[in-house]
Amino acid sequence: MSGLANIMKGGLAALVISAPLFAASFAQAEQRPFGLGQIATIDEVAGWDIDVRPDGLGAPKGTGNAVDGEEVYAERCAACHGDFGEAVDNWPILVGGAGTLKSDDPVKTTGSYWPYSSTLYDYIYRAMPFGEAQSLTHDETYQIVAYLLYMNDIIDDDFEVSQDNIGTIVMPNRDGFMFPDPRPDAQPVSGMVCMKDCDVPTQIIGKARDIDVTPEDES
Amino acid sequence: MEKENKSLSISRRSLLGGAAALGTATAFKTAGAADANPDNLPPNVPEWTPYLGAGVDANPYGMPSEHEAHVVRRNVEWLTASTESSVNFTPLHELDGFVTPNGLCFERHHGGVPDINPADYRLMINGLVDRELIFTLDDLRRFPQTNRFYFLECAANGGMEWKGAQLNGCQFTFGMVHNVQYSGVRLSDICREVGVKPSAKWVLAEGSDSAGMNRSIPMEKILDDCMIAYAMNGEALRAEQGYPARLVVPGWEGNMWVKWIRRLEFGDMPYMAREETSKYTDLMEDGKARMFTWVMDAKSVVTSPSPEKSILGKGTQLLKGLAWSGRGKITRVDVSFDGGRNWQTAELHGPVLDKSLTRFTLPFNWSGEEMLIQSRAIDETGYVQPTIQQLQAERGLNSIYHNNSIATWMVNKDGSVDNVRLG
Repeated sequence: MSGLANIMKGGLAALVISAPLFAASFAQAEQRPFGLGQIATIDEVAGWDIDVRPDGLGAPKGTGNAVDGEEVYAERCAACHGDFGEAVDNWPILVGGAGTLKSDDPVKTTGSYWPYSSTLYDYIYRAMPFGEAQSLTHDETYQIVAYLLYMNDIIDDDFEVSQDNIGTIVMPNRDGFMFPDPRPDAQPVSGMVCMKDCDVPTQIIGKARDIDVTPEDES
Repeated sequence: MEKENKSLSISRRSLLGGAAALGTATAFKTAGAADANPDNLPPNVPEWTPYLGAGVDANPYGMPSEHEAHVVRRNVEWLTASTESSVNFTPLHELDGFVTPNGLCFERHHGGVPDINPADYRLMINGLVDRELIFTLDDLRRFPQTNRFYFLECAANGGMEWKGAQLNGCQFTFGMVHNVQYSGVRLSDICREVGVKPSAKWVLAEGSDSAGMNRSIPMEKILDDCMIAYAMNGEALRAEQGYPARLVVPGWEGNMWVKWIRRLEFGDMPYMAREETSKYTDLMEDGKARMFTWVMDAKSVVTSPSPEKSILGKGTQLLKGLAWSGRGKITRVDVSFDGGRNWQTAELHGPVLDKSLTRFTLPFNWSGEEMLIQSRAIDETGYVQPTIQQLQAERGLNSIYHNNSIATWMVNKDGSVDNVRLG
């Protein structure tokens, strides 16, 4: 949200020489109960305030489409996620899974599960490529987002993703989430805690020993 | 966790595979009385007695006895694609009391452990505040201090056990939890210092690690009991636990306890980060997912006997376990030896603290029979730890997080113990 913050803080900086505002600042300083810390500068905040919200607040200026994104993706992402987002080895799958969320093998991808396109920008810029965090340019990030949205049939390949629409692109699973938390759940129907002769299943239907995926003791 | 889907599909295949190799139960060898050297036993003078031992400073930072070298965190390699975005597990079965030693607290990283010089540490506060401020570590240490024990549990603790008994160990099925005393600053004090605007309803907490871990936390929780901690169990945070400063979100899922914290942004809506949309949401049978399921419900585990802690001989035994609740204090723990048909109440060992691990014990006699051991925790809100059948009835089989169900340890006639599923 650095854009808005910059405008607000820029305005304050320009006005700070005027007497009434100086007085207000002084009063504010007096309200600090501990007097600890230093005022953050505009540049300091801009450098660290990298988050992007679903309403687009914080989205940096930039643009990218899937055609350009394919090249960036191939270079920076495909080694782990596969050329088409299908995933390599144990790394996350990014594409596909539409219509699987009710099945007994749900495939949760950016297309099938993620509710907001802004989250793609936020996460890719801050954390990707794995081990090269915050190394992508804003345009490269928009391009990769566009490529993933295109591969998931959410936008066309010439659609320009930018700071103006990163918050408004409608994701297929936008309404797939429930809030607030309905717990506590799974409580005794009777409200009583059984202590004797409880009616519970006591047949052994599975043993971890038989599954045989427990790491061996190295010592 | 990075790869729950894949790990669960592995488990599904394995389950379908049925009776794979038997007899590969994990061996956890600890020296017992039967391994003793007779030369060191009465009436002989033990070999260590006539000679001087090591002097002071032999270990400027003390380490556990070399005979305890098996008491370590352990990971499950097939769970994740890399150790930098992975998890290991606290050896609960080897611990007593309710404090977890710092070096045994489980690790969960999303981009590895950063190496941060405390001189370079900064905490930035921005957004809907009167004053956007930057604090050094020295600044944080000058605020009023709070010291509190809290458990930290990963929401995915036990996640591999949703569909069936899969990992044969107390450590691997319950070990994504630890309990230490945190020292640090109340966020309510930091809020007063920056002057939070009335329009601020949510806080984005952000780490400075390579994952830039970020989570949205509602303002009420921030003001209630959250803190920025710089110490654990009396010493500086361990690097893998967020050195030099981390967020503490008592009773709520561990992913929110942002480590290596660099920034708090105050806003008027949630930020919908990857870790609160794509991950840490609970997919129900109807294809809809619960989100913002923050509280860790009451849970308990019998740490001994357990798959790593066989019964060594007939006669008097001491059952040990741990219980905890994100909703408050533990008020009661019941133990069953017959798979949940009959229960007796265990002894709780104080201090019983809010949102802290609580130790329980129960003496029993073993005459060599098979047993199905369970424990069931109840907290001060009246919440009762559920069975897996109760959880599955509510949430289906596709959930990963928040499995706080009762586990079953089967004691075999030879005293060995298995993680089993009843149905």
